[in-house]
Amino acid sequence: MTEFRQTEARKAQLAKRYRAEYRFKAFGIGAICTAGLILLFLMGSILISSLPAFTQHYVTLDIEITERHIDTQNLANSDWRGLARTSLRAQFPEVQGRRDKRALGKLLSIGASDDVRDYVLANPSSLGTKIRLPVTLSDDIDLLLKGVIDRELPENERVVSNQNLAWLDKLVAEDRISRQFATKIFTNGDSREPELAGLHGALVGTLWTLLVTLLASFPLGVMAAIYLEEIAPKNRLTRIIEVNINNLAAVPSIVFGLLGLAVFINFFGMPRSAPLVGGLVLALMTLPRIIIPTRAAFAAIPPSIREAAMGVGASRLQVIMHHVLPLAMPGILTGTIIGLAQAAGETAPLLMIGMMAFIVDVPSDVTAKATVLPAQIYMWANNPERAFMARTSAGIVVLLSLLLLVNATAIYFRKRFEKRW
Amino acid sequence: MSEKTDPKIKIEARGVEVFYGEAQALHGIDLDVNANQVTALIGPSGCGKSTFLRCINRMNDVIDGCRVNGNIAIDGQDIYSAEIDVVELRARVGMVFQKPNPFPKSIYDNVAYGPRIHGLSQSREQLDHIVESSLKRAGLWAEVSDRLLASGTSLSGGQQQRLCIARAIAVSPDVVLMDEPCSALDPIATAVIEELMEELRKDYTIVIVTHSMQQAARISQRTAYFHLGNVVEHGATQQIFTNPQNQQTEAYISGKIG
Repeated sequence: MTEFRQTEARKAQLAKRYRAEYRFKAFGIGAICTAGLILLFLMGSILISSLPAFTQHYVTLDIEITERHIDTQNLANSDWRGLARTSLRAQFPEVQGRRDKRALGKLLSIGASDDVRDYVLANPSSLGTKIRLPVTLSDDIDLLLKGVIDRELPENERVVSNQNLAWLDKLVAEDRISRQFATKIFTNGDSREPELAGLHGALVGTLWTLLVTLLASFPLGVMAAIYLEEIAPKNRLTRIIEVNINNLAAVPSIVFGLLGLAVFINFFGMPRSAPLVGGLVLALMTLPRIIIPTRAAFAAIPPSIREAAMGVGASRLQVIMHHVLPLAMPGILTGTIIGLAQAAGETAPLLMIGMMAFIVDVPSDVTAKATVLPAQIYMWANNPERAFMARTSAGIVVLLSLLLLVNATAIYFRKRFEKRW
Repeated sequence: MSEKTDPKIKIEARGVEVFYGEAQALHGIDLDVNANQVTALIGPSGCGKSTFLRCINRMNDVIDGCRVNGNIAIDGQDIYSAEIDVVELRARVGMVFQKPNPFPKSIYDNVAYGPRIHGLSQSREQLDHIVESSLKRAGLWAEVSDRLLASGTSLSGGQQQRLCIARAIAVSPDVVLMDEPCSALDPIATAVIEELMEELRKDYTIVIVTHSMQQAARISQRTAYFHLGNVVEHGATQQIFTNPQNQQTEAYISGKIG
């Protein structure tokens, strides 16, 4: 064996090589850390600014449910608003004069009347009695209590007047103010009032839209992929189709919106703002995103499995249905779910077909007017009321959680159906 | 080895040419394969022996740009004629591949797959019987009878290859093609499969591609030596190995080339 000699030149070369490797590793770690920090900052800031939207302040009022204020024969159309305001005024006997009384009433949200009505409708036995009930405060008062609006600001720079502050302090001193989880953000549809605006409509709209997208794009995409990968001859025509499918995946999504407007709404006369049209438009966009991973999943099945099946006399269809398709299923499902997740976060194509609209009702079917989560987030972000800022972040948090859930499902399916060979 | 002088001819190949696109892989192969014998195809890599083997059950059909000329007849019937359904053909001509390739299903389902798709059994009992007898003939029954529902891929390499043999014979083929079935196996597993082939040839005609000349000498009755897409020499194994007529064959067998 020759001696393992370390000349000076060799040592210097070695040190240089080690330094280069070290530098390379450091750059890699640096890149990961930078990306991680940016992500952390982004997520953190969204999460923190969304927190106020998940709680809501209430004022507990003593309310007399008597004939004096409400029509017991026609509960749904009684003057619940008047009742809520009267009950609040009862706490402040010193407040006189029309203007002050109105100002006092503004402490309450418009939704306070619904709180009272819903309670009475749910508890008919409360009729004719006096109840203690927390009712919703208005968005500005709520923000002040959360500290988002600074009470130290001079009066002309803050939305809440000194008079309001004094009333509020009295209510706090009487221990009538409480902070609760804001269920309305999940149970209400959209509203002009931030404290009443909720994501229910947008969530249901998103689900209807994705259902249409799934039903339209999954069978089409998988059939197209099976044909192209397993059955079609490899000639010029199929190569052209292949290239165009790949190009389709790169088409800006707003183009699909224009297409949807021209074809589905103007030509076929489908309704505007409907999940049916939205879902079909998103299905067009999702198709290449299903076809490409599905083909990749087919191509990844080892040829030995096909040969084995053909070797015992399985027909082409049997090879596909009994062996290739089941083995490719995890890849197909993953591709589909990720394609759907992308569709769920898409806004641009829906602009063109009227899904970016103020829609209060929760859609009951795929032809009802609806909006979707990203559109809802965008519309809230455009609202001037300060409380919508937190609502916007909360909407983003809900959308991200939904996507996270969807991707977790994809991982679950992949693990569940994965087979080794 | 004492063979009858005039055995029945099972497979008759005449002027078989195969093209992969522009490249010609086989240049007119003429070869007869006797029934109930093991015929070994030997030769250096890329000489076309696997290509020829895959012609016998038309496995080359699925390769894009592959073209086959000439005639191959099994029991006198041209397998490339229009009346032949390729699926039926492959049920008659089973194949065992170089790398064990069980389906990622249970041992039972691996063997039962062929009989199921060809409707060979009317009842569960009948299917059970086919699976059991196939596994027994492949010499695997004793090892797996207590875990038929375990995955076929959980077996060892040699067991997997015997499972593939059981799968091939479960559809009762006439001919079994084997493409280097022992190349991925150790000598012990190889010995088991070689014994098995001797047993199987009572019922089936076996054509085997092998790189091991010792294996060809041990198990086959007839041998064909392929070189660059031609059959250089074929005849009784004993004669090929002891007294080759062709210089190339002699060089290959004695280890001078290959």
